[in-house]
Amino acid sequence: MSPIIKRKGERFTLPSKYLLFILTLLCTVLMLVTFGTDVFNGPLNTTVGYVIVPFGQGISRMGEWLANRTEELSQIRSLLQENESLREQVAQLTEENTLLQQDKYELNQLRELVSLDEQYGEYNKVGARIIYRDSGNWYSSFIIDKGTEDGLSIDMNVIAGGGLVGIITAVGPNWARVTSIISDNSNVSAMTLATEDNLIVSGDLQLMSEGVIAFSQMVDSKNQVEVGDKIVTSNISDKYLPNILIGYLHTINRDTNNLTKSGYLTPAVDFEHLGEVLVITDLKQQIGE
Amino acid sequence: MGRKLVVTLFIIVCFILQCSVFHSLAFAGIIPNLMIILTSAFGFMRGEKEGLIIGFFCGLLSDIFFGSFLGFYALVLMYIGFVNGKFSRVFYPEDIKLPIALIVTSDLSYGILCYILMFLLRSKFNFTFYFISVILPEALYTTVVTIFLYPIILRVNEKLEAGERKREQKFV
Repeated sequence: MSPIIKRKGERFTLPSKYLLFILTLLCTVLMLVTFGTDVFNGPLNTTVGYVIVPFGQGISRMGEWLANRTEELSQIRSLLQENESLREQVAQLTEENTLLQQDKYELNQLRELVSLDEQYGEYNKVGARIIYRDSGNWYSSFIIDKGTEDGLSIDMNVIAGGGLVGIITAVGPNWARVTSIISDNSNVSAMTLATEDNLIVSGDLQLMSEGVIAFSQMVDSKNQVEVGDKIVTSNISDKYLPNILIGYLHTINRDTNNLTKSGYLTPAVDFEHLGEVLVITDLKQQIGE
Repeated sequence: MGRKLVVTLFIIVCFILQCSVFHSLAFAGIIPNLMIILTSAFGFMRGEKEGLIIGFFCGLLSDIFFGSFLGFYALVLMYIGFVNGKFSRVFYPEDIKLPIALIVTSDLSYGILCYILMFLLRSKFNFTFYFISVILPEALYTTVVTIFLYPIILRVNEKLEAGERKREQKFV
Protein backbone atom coordinates (compact mmCIF):
# COMPACT_ATOMS: atom_id res chain seq x y z
CA MET A 1 0.00 0.00 0.00
CA SER A 2 1.42 3.35 -0.92
CA PRO A 3 2.05 5.60 2.09
CA ILE A 4 0.59 8.68 0.42
CA ILE A 5 -2.77 7.22 -0.52
CA LYS A 6 -5.53 8.50 1.70
CA ARG A 7 -7.60 5.95 3.54
CA LYS A 8 -11.08 6.56 4.82
CA GLY A 9 -11.27 8.08 8.28
CA GLU A 10 -7.54 8.61 8.46
CA ARG A 11 -5.98 12.08 8.51
CA PHE A 12 -3.80 12.72 5.49
CA THR A 13 -0.12 13.01 6.37
CA LEU A 14 2.76 13.33 3.97
CA PRO A 15 5.89 11.34 4.96
CA SER A 16 8.85 13.61 5.63
CA LYS A 17 11.01 12.26 2.82
CA TYR A 18 8.38 13.16 0.24
CA LEU A 19 8.04 16.60 1.77
CA LEU A 20 11.81 16.99 1.67
CA PHE A 21 11.84 16.03 -1.98
CA ILE A 22 9.02 18.42 -2.87
CA LEU A 23 10.59 21.33 -1.01
CA THR A 24 14.00 20.59 -2.54
CA LEU A 25 12.42 20.83 -5.98
CA LEU A 26 10.66 24.02 -4.95
CA CYS A 27 13.93 25.57 -3.72
CA THR A 28 15.76 24.59 -6.90
CA VAL A 29 13.04 26.08 -9.06
CA LEU A 30 13.00 29.23 -6.92
CA MET A 31 16.77 29.58 -7.23
CA LEU A 32 16.70 29.11 -10.98
CA VAL A 33 13.82 31.54 -11.44
CA THR A 34 15.04 34.27 -9.11
CA PHE A 35 18.61 34.05 -10.39
CA GLY A 36 17.65 35.96 -13.49
CA THR A 37 14.31 37.57 -12.73
CA ASP A 38 12.56 38.93 -9.67
CA VAL A 39 9.05 37.57 -10.15
CA PHE A 40 8.45 36.49 -6.56
CA ASN A 41 10.28 39.36 -4.92
CA GLY A 42 7.34 41.79 -5.08
CA PRO A 43 4.72 40.01 -2.95
CA LEU A 44 7.27 38.30 -0.66
CA ASN A 45 9.15 41.51 0.04
CA THR A 46 5.88 43.26 0.81
CA THR A 47 4.47 40.72 3.27
CA VAL A 48 7.74 40.09 5.06
CA GLY A 49 8.52 43.79 5.15
CA TYR A 50 5.36 44.62 7.04
CA VAL A 51 6.03 41.89 9.64
CA ILE A 52 9.72 42.36 10.28
CA VAL A 53 10.52 46.01 9.60
CA PRO A 54 8.44 47.74 12.32
CA PHE A 55 10.27 45.76 15.05
CA GLY A 56 13.60 46.82 13.60
CA GLN A 57 12.65 50.47 13.63
CA GLY A 58 11.69 50.21 17.29
CA ILE A 59 14.82 48.30 18.26
CA SER A 60 17.17 50.64 16.45
CA ARG A 61 15.47 53.72 17.96
CA MET A 62 15.73 52.21 21.43
CA GLY A 63 19.35 51.17 20.95
CA GLU A 64 20.21 54.64 19.73
CA TRP A 65 18.46 56.26 22.68
CA LEU A 66 20.30 54.04 25.17
CA ALA A 67 23.64 54.65 23.49
CA ASN A 68 23.02 58.40 23.51
CA ARG A 69 22.13 58.46 27.20
CA THR A 70 25.24 56.52 28.26
CA GLU A 71 27.39 58.69 26.07
CA GLU A 72 25.90 61.87 27.51
CA LEU A 73 26.66 60.77 31.07
CA SER A 74 30.22 59.75 30.35
CA GLN A 75 31.06 62.78 28.30
CA ILE A 76 29.86 65.71 30.43
CA ARG A 77 33.21 66.26 32.11
CA SER A 78 35.31 66.00 28.98
CA LEU A 79 32.83 68.23 27.18
CA LEU A 80 33.38 71.05 29.66
CA GLN A 81 37.12 70.97 29.01
CA GLU A 82 36.58 70.70 25.31
CA ASN A 83 34.25 73.66 25.38
CA GLU A 84 36.98 75.92 26.72
CA SER A 85 39.52 74.91 24.13
CA LEU A 86 36.90 75.19 21.41
CA ARG A 87 36.14 78.77 22.37
CA GLU A 88 39.78 79.63 21.77
CA GLN A 89 39.64 77.83 18.48
CA VAL A 90 36.53 79.74 17.46
CA ALA A 91 38.35 83.00 17.90
CA GLN A 92 41.22 81.79 15.75
CA LEU A 93 38.93 80.40 13.11
CA THR A 94 36.86 83.58 12.81
CA GLU A 95 40.03 85.38 11.95
CA GLU A 96 41.00 82.78 9.39
CA ASN A 97 37.49 82.74 8.03
CA THR A 98 37.51 86.39 7.12
CA LEU A 99 40.72 85.83 5.20
CA LEU A 100 39.22 82.85 3.40
CA GLN A 101 36.05 84.76 2.59
CA GLN A 102 38.18 87.25 0.73
CA ASP A 103 39.92 84.43 -1.11
CA LYS A 104 36.62 82.84 -1.99
CA TYR A 105 35.29 86.06 -3.43
CA GLU A 106 38.35 86.25 -5.60
CA LEU A 107 38.01 82.60 -6.60
CA ASN A 108 34.40 83.07 -7.62
CA GLN A 109 35.32 85.96 -9.81
CA LEU A 110 38.08 83.99 -11.45
CA ARG A 111 35.73 81.01 -11.92
CA GLU A 112 33.22 83.15 -13.69
CA LEU A 113 35.96 84.34 -15.93
CA VAL A 114 36.90 80.82 -16.95
CA SER A 115 33.18 79.91 -17.00
CA LEU A 116 33.83 76.74 -15.05
CA ASP A 117 30.40 75.45 -14.21
CA GLU A 118 30.05 72.87 -11.55
CA GLN A 119 30.34 69.56 -13.29
CA TYR A 120 27.00 68.28 -12.07
CA GLY A 121 24.25 69.64 -9.93
CA GLU A 122 23.52 68.40 -6.50
CA TYR A 123 22.02 64.93 -6.42
CA ASN A 124 18.68 64.43 -4.68
CA LYS A 125 19.15 62.50 -1.47
CA VAL A 126 16.96 60.77 1.08
CA GLY A 127 18.15 59.99 4.59
CA ALA A 128 17.53 56.49 5.96
CA ARG A 129 18.25 54.58 9.12
CA ILE A 130 19.91 51.18 9.26
CA ILE A 131 17.61 48.74 11.05
CA TYR A 132 19.09 45.28 10.42
CA ARG A 133 22.49 43.93 9.48
CA ASP A 134 23.33 40.76 7.62
CA SER A 135 22.11 37.58 9.32
CA GLY A 136 25.24 35.67 8.35
CA ASN A 137 28.95 36.29 8.66
CA TRP A 138 29.87 35.90 5.00
CA TYR A 139 28.63 39.00 3.27
CA SER A 140 28.15 42.54 4.47
CA SER A 141 24.77 44.02 3.67
CA PHE A 142 22.14 45.80 5.70
CA ILE A 143 18.49 46.79 5.67
CA ILE A 144 17.37 50.41 5.77
CA ASP A 145 13.93 51.64 6.81
CA LYS A 146 12.92 53.29 3.51
CA GLY A 147 11.59 51.57 0.41
CA THR A 148 9.55 52.07 -2.72
CA GLU A 149 7.04 54.16 -0.74
CA ASP A 150 9.78 56.76 -0.28
CA GLY A 151 10.80 56.63 -3.93
CA LEU A 152 13.70 54.20 -3.64
CA SER A 153 14.43 51.57 -6.25
CA ILE A 154 17.09 49.00 -7.07
CA ASP A 155 20.53 50.28 -8.17
CA MET A 156 20.36 53.54 -6.27
CA ASN A 157 23.68 54.58 -4.75
CA VAL A 158 24.05 54.91 -0.99
CA ILE A 159 26.52 57.26 0.66
CA ALA A 160 27.44 58.28 4.19
CA GLY A 161 29.89 60.80 5.49
CA GLY A 162 30.86 61.86 1.97
CA GLY A 163 31.90 58.40 0.84
CA LEU A 164 30.29 55.56 -1.09
CA VAL A 165 28.64 52.92 1.12
CA GLY A 166 27.06 50.65 -1.46
CA ILE A 167 24.12 50.07 -3.73
CA ILE A 168 20.52 48.99 -3.23
CA THR A 169 20.08 45.38 -4.35
CA ALA A 170 16.56 44.57 -3.12
CA VAL A 171 13.63 46.71 -2.23
CA GLY A 172 10.26 46.31 -0.50
CA PRO A 173 7.57 48.88 0.23
CA ASN A 174 9.13 50.00 3.51
CA TRP A 175 12.63 48.54 3.43
CA ALA A 176 15.60 48.18 1.12
CA ARG A 177 18.73 46.05 1.19
CA VAL A 178 22.05 47.80 0.67
CA THR A 179 25.02 45.68 -0.39
CA SER A 180 28.08 47.51 0.85
CA ILE A 181 31.25 47.91 -1.20
CA ILE A 182 33.29 45.96 1.37
CA SER A 183 31.04 42.92 0.89
CA ASP A 184 32.75 39.96 -0.74
CA ASN A 185 30.27 39.88 -3.62
CA SER A 186 30.64 43.51 -4.64
CA ASN A 187 32.65 45.01 -7.49
CA VAL A 188 32.75 48.71 -8.31
CA SER A 189 34.24 50.34 -11.37
CA ALA A 190 36.37 53.24 -10.15
CA MET A 191 39.08 55.66 -11.21
CA THR A 192 41.76 57.76 -9.62
CA LEU A 193 40.63 61.35 -9.27
CA ALA A 194 43.89 62.94 -10.32
CA THR A 195 44.86 60.88 -13.36
CA GLU A 196 41.54 59.21 -14.30
CA ASP A 197 43.04 55.73 -14.46
CA ASN A 198 40.29 53.12 -14.35
CA LEU A 199 40.36 50.29 -11.85
CA ILE A 200 38.06 47.73 -10.23
CA VAL A 201 37.36 47.89 -6.50
CA SER A 202 36.22 44.57 -5.06
CA GLY A 203 35.25 43.78 -1.50
CA ASP A 204 37.03 40.92 0.22
CA LEU A 205 36.15 39.09 3.41
CA GLN A 206 39.83 38.39 4.12
CA LEU A 207 40.66 42.10 4.11
CA MET A 208 37.60 43.30 6.00
CA SER A 209 39.23 42.96 9.41
CA GLU A 210 42.22 45.03 8.26
CA GLY A 211 39.94 47.88 7.23
CA VAL A 212 41.00 47.94 3.58
CA ILE A 213 39.44 46.84 0.28
CA ALA A 214 41.21 45.45 -2.74
CA PHE A 215 41.50 46.99 -6.17
CA SER A 216 42.84 45.51 -9.37
CA GLN A 217 43.33 46.12 -13.09
CA MET A 218 44.71 49.63 -12.83
CA VAL A 219 46.74 50.40 -15.96
CA ASP A 220 48.67 53.53 -14.96
CA SER A 221 51.35 53.13 -17.63
CA LYS A 222 52.97 56.46 -16.76
CA ASN A 223 53.41 55.61 -13.08
CA GLN A 224 51.69 58.78 -11.94
CA VAL A 225 49.39 57.28 -9.34
CA GLU A 226 50.68 57.54 -5.80
CA VAL A 227 49.72 56.21 -2.40
CA GLY A 228 47.13 58.51 -0.81
CA ASP A 229 45.44 59.42 -4.09
CA LYS A 230 41.67 59.72 -4.05
CA ILE A 231 39.67 56.92 -5.67
CA VAL A 232 36.21 57.86 -6.96
CA THR A 233 33.52 56.00 -8.89
CA SER A 234 34.20 56.06 -12.60
CA ASN A 235 32.37 57.56 -15.53
CA ILE A 236 32.00 54.23 -17.30
CA SER A 237 30.04 52.35 -14.61
CA ASP A 238 26.42 51.70 -15.54
CA LYS A 239 25.12 51.71 -11.96
CA TYR A 240 27.33 53.98 -9.91
CA LEU A 241 27.09 57.74 -10.37
CA PRO A 242 30.43 59.31 -11.29
CA ASN A 243 32.85 60.99 -8.88
CA ILE A 244 31.60 59.68 -5.55
CA LEU A 245 34.52 59.25 -3.20
CA ILE A 246 35.33 55.60 -2.42
CA GLY A 247 38.58 55.93 -0.52
CA TYR A 248 42.29 56.59 -0.58
CA LEU A 249 45.06 54.42 -2.04
CA HIS A 250 46.79 52.42 0.66
CA THR A 251 49.27 50.24 -1.21
CA ILE A 252 50.06 49.72 -4.89
CA ASN A 253 51.60 46.53 -6.23
CA ARG A 254 52.62 45.78 -9.78
CA ASP A 255 50.93 42.64 -11.11
CA THR A 256 53.03 39.79 -12.44
CA ASN A 257 51.87 40.54 -15.98
CA ASN A 258 53.73 43.88 -15.72
CA LEU A 259 50.82 45.69 -17.36
CA THR A 260 48.36 46.33 -14.59
CA LYS A 261 48.57 47.19 -10.94
CA SER A 262 46.58 46.08 -7.95
CA GLY A 263 46.60 46.78 -4.25
CA TYR A 264 44.50 48.06 -1.39
CA LEU A 265 42.62 51.21 -0.57
CA THR A 266 41.25 52.59 2.67
CA PRO A 267 37.51 53.29 2.37
CA ALA A 268 36.31 56.79 3.20
CA VAL A 269 33.38 55.44 5.22
CA ASP A 270 33.67 53.87 8.66
CA PHE A 271 31.61 50.75 8.00
CA GLU A 272 31.65 49.55 11.60
CA HIS A 273 29.84 52.58 12.97
CA LEU A 274 27.18 53.29 10.40
CA GLY A 275 23.83 54.40 11.76
CA GLU A 276 22.30 56.58 9.11
CA VAL A 277 22.96 56.70 5.40
CA LEU A 278 21.92 58.90 2.50
CA VAL A 279 20.35 57.35 -0.58
CA ILE A 280 20.88 59.22 -3.84
CA THR A 281 17.54 58.98 -5.60
CA ASP A 282 18.99 59.81 -9.01
CA LEU A 283 19.80 56.79 -11.12
CA LYS A 284 22.73 56.73 -13.47
CA GLN A 285 20.54 55.94 -16.49
CA GLN A 286 18.20 58.85 -15.83
CA ILE A 287 21.07 61.29 -15.63
CA GLY A 288 22.62 60.08 -18.84
CA GLU A 289 19.50 60.87 -20.82
CA MET B 1 -2.61 25.70 15.87
CA GLY B 2 -1.03 27.01 19.06
CA ARG B 3 2.22 25.30 18.19
CA LYS B 4 2.35 26.90 14.75
CA LEU B 5 1.83 30.33 16.27
CA VAL B 6 4.52 29.83 18.92
CA VAL B 7 7.06 28.50 16.42
CA THR B 8 6.40 31.38 14.01
CA LEU B 9 6.91 33.79 16.86
CA PHE B 10 10.17 32.04 17.77
CA ILE B 11 11.47 32.30 14.21
CA ILE B 12 10.60 35.98 13.87
CA VAL B 13 12.02 36.96 17.26
CA CYS B 14 15.24 35.02 16.67
CA PHE B 15 15.68 36.53 13.22
CA ILE B 16 15.15 40.04 14.56
CA LEU B 17 17.55 39.46 17.47
CA GLN B 18 20.19 38.00 15.18
CA CYS B 19 20.06 40.94 12.77
CA SER B 20 19.91 43.76 15.29
CA VAL B 21 20.86 43.11 18.89
CA PHE B 22 23.55 40.50 18.24
CA HIS B 23 25.40 42.86 15.93
CA SER B 24 26.06 45.05 18.96
CA LEU B 25 27.24 41.98 20.87
CA ALA B 26 29.42 40.70 18.04
CA PHE B 27 32.85 39.35 18.93
CA ALA B 28 35.41 40.31 16.29
CA GLY B 29 32.58 41.00 13.87
CA ILE B 30 31.14 37.50 14.23
CA ILE B 31 27.51 36.96 15.18
CA PRO B 32 25.98 33.67 16.36
CA ASN B 33 23.52 31.77 14.18
CA LEU B 34 20.20 31.57 16.02
CA MET B 35 18.46 30.13 12.96
CA ILE B 36 20.64 27.01 13.21
CA ILE B 37 19.83 26.65 16.91
CA LEU B 38 16.09 26.82 16.20
CA THR B 39 16.17 24.51 13.20
CA SER B 40 18.30 21.85 14.77
CA ALA B 41 16.62 22.05 18.21
CA PHE B 42 13.14 21.57 16.76
CA GLY B 43 14.60 18.92 14.45
CA PHE B 44 15.87 16.62 17.19
CA MET B 45 13.03 17.43 19.58
CA ARG B 46 10.16 16.94 17.15
CA GLY B 47 11.43 14.82 14.28
CA GLU B 48 12.37 15.12 10.65
CA LYS B 49 9.25 16.74 9.31
CA GLU B 50 9.05 19.64 11.70
CA GLY B 51 12.82 20.12 11.49
CA LEU B 52 12.76 20.45 7.75
CA ILE B 53 9.73 22.74 7.66
CA ILE B 54 11.17 25.08 10.29
CA GLY B 55 14.53 25.03 8.53
CA PHE B 56 12.84 25.91 5.26
CA PHE B 57 11.06 28.94 6.71
CA CYS B 58 14.10 30.15 8.69
CA GLY B 59 16.15 29.97 5.51
CA LEU B 60 13.48 31.63 3.41
CA LEU B 61 13.42 34.58 5.79
CA SER B 62 17.20 35.03 5.43
CA ASP B 63 16.84 34.59 1.68
CA ILE B 64 14.24 37.31 1.29
CA PHE B 65 16.25 39.85 3.23
CA PHE B 66 19.87 38.97 2.57
CA GLY B 67 20.17 36.36 -0.19
CA SER B 68 21.07 37.37 -3.71
CA PHE B 69 18.42 34.87 -4.88
CA LEU B 70 15.65 32.96 -3.15
CA GLY B 71 15.97 29.36 -2.01
CA PHE B 72 19.64 28.96 -1.16
CA TYR B 73 19.59 29.31 2.64
CA ALA B 74 16.17 27.64 2.67
CA LEU B 75 17.62 24.55 0.99
CA VAL B 76 20.68 24.35 3.25
CA LEU B 77 18.73 24.85 6.49
CA MET B 78 16.01 22.46 5.38
CA TYR B 79 18.52 19.62 5.00
CA ILE B 80 20.11 20.49 8.34
CA GLY B 81 16.69 20.28 10.00
CA PHE B 82 15.97 16.97 8.28
CA VAL B 83 19.26 15.38 9.33
CA ASN B 84 18.80 16.62 12.90
CA GLY B 85 15.35 15.05 12.87
CA LYS B 86 16.98 11.63 12.41
CA PHE B 87 18.35 12.01 15.94
CA SER B 88 14.93 12.48 17.53
CA ARG B 89 14.89 8.75 18.36
CA VAL B 90 17.92 9.03 20.65
CA PHE B 91 16.96 12.37 22.17
CA TYR B 92 16.11 12.74 25.85
CA PRO B 93 15.13 16.10 27.33
CA GLU B 94 17.39 15.54 30.36
CA ASP B 95 20.49 15.17 28.24
CA ILE B 96 22.30 18.38 27.25
CA LYS B 97 25.37 16.83 25.59
CA LEU B 98 23.63 15.51 22.48
CA PRO B 99 21.81 18.79 21.69
CA ILE B 100 24.98 20.84 22.01
CA ALA B 101 26.99 18.37 19.95
CA LEU B 102 24.29 18.37 17.26
CA ILE B 103 24.01 22.16 17.14
CA VAL B 104 27.79 22.60 16.90
CA THR B 105 28.04 20.00 14.15
CA SER B 106 25.11 21.60 12.32
CA ASP B 107 26.68 25.04 12.48
CA LEU B 108 30.07 23.75 11.36
CA SER B 109 28.56 21.91 8.41
CA TYR B 110 26.43 24.97 7.58
CA GLY B 111 29.58 27.10 7.56
CA ILE B 112 31.50 24.64 5.41
CA LEU B 113 28.58 24.31 2.99
CA CYS B 114 28.32 28.08 2.70
CA TYR B 115 32.07 28.31 2.09
CA ILE B 116 31.98 25.67 -0.62
CA LEU B 117 28.92 27.03 -2.41
CA MET B 118 29.56 30.76 -2.11
CA PHE B 119 33.35 31.12 -1.92
CA LEU B 120 35.10 28.02 -3.24
CA LEU B 121 33.06 28.19 -6.44
CA ARG B 122 34.28 31.77 -6.90
CA SER B 123 37.87 30.42 -6.67
CA LYS B 124 38.63 31.65 -3.17
CA PHE B 125 40.77 28.76 -1.99
CA ASN B 126 42.08 29.95 1.36
CA PHE B 127 39.98 27.52 3.39
CA THR B 128 42.11 27.80 6.56
CA PHE B 129 41.47 31.53 6.74
CA TYR B 130 37.72 31.21 6.32
CA PHE B 131 37.58 28.29 8.75
CA ILE B 132 39.56 30.04 11.48
CA SER B 133 38.10 33.52 11.13
CA VAL B 134 34.45 32.81 10.25
CA ILE B 135 33.28 29.21 10.59
CA LEU B 136 34.94 28.27 13.89
CA PRO B 137 34.18 31.52 15.79
CA GLU B 138 30.58 31.36 14.61
CA ALA B 139 30.25 27.79 15.87
CA LEU B 140 31.78 28.69 19.24
CA TYR B 141 29.61 31.76 19.71
CA THR B 142 26.56 29.76 18.66
CA THR B 143 27.41 27.18 21.33
CA VAL B 144 27.58 29.86 24.00
CA VAL B 145 24.19 31.24 22.94
CA THR B 146 22.78 27.69 22.79
CA ILE B 147 23.45 27.26 26.51
CA PHE B 148 21.04 30.14 27.19
CA LEU B 149 18.55 29.71 24.36
CA TYR B 150 18.16 25.94 24.30
CA PRO B 151 16.59 25.56 27.78
CA ILE B 152 13.97 28.15 26.77
CA ILE B 153 13.13 26.28 23.57
CA LEU B 154 13.04 22.99 25.49
CA ARG B 155 10.71 24.32 28.16
CA VAL B 156 8.34 25.93 25.65
CA ASN B 157 8.25 22.69 23.68
CA GLU B 158 7.46 20.67 26.82
CA LYS B 159 4.61 23.07 27.68
CA LEU B 160 3.22 22.73 24.15
CA GLU B 161 3.47 18.94 24.23
CA ALA B 162 1.75 18.81 27.62
CA GLY B 163 -1.07 20.94 26.26
CA GLU B 164 -1.42 18.75 23.20
CA ARG B 165 -1.56 15.61 25.32
CA LYS B 166 -4.27 17.07 27.51
CA ARG B 167 -6.38 17.96 24.47
CA GLU B 168 -5.97 14.46 23.03
CA GLN B 169 -7.12 12.88 26.29
CA LYS B 170 -10.19 15.10 26.31
CA PHE B 171 -11.22 13.80 22.91
CA VAL B 172 -10.64 10.19 23.89
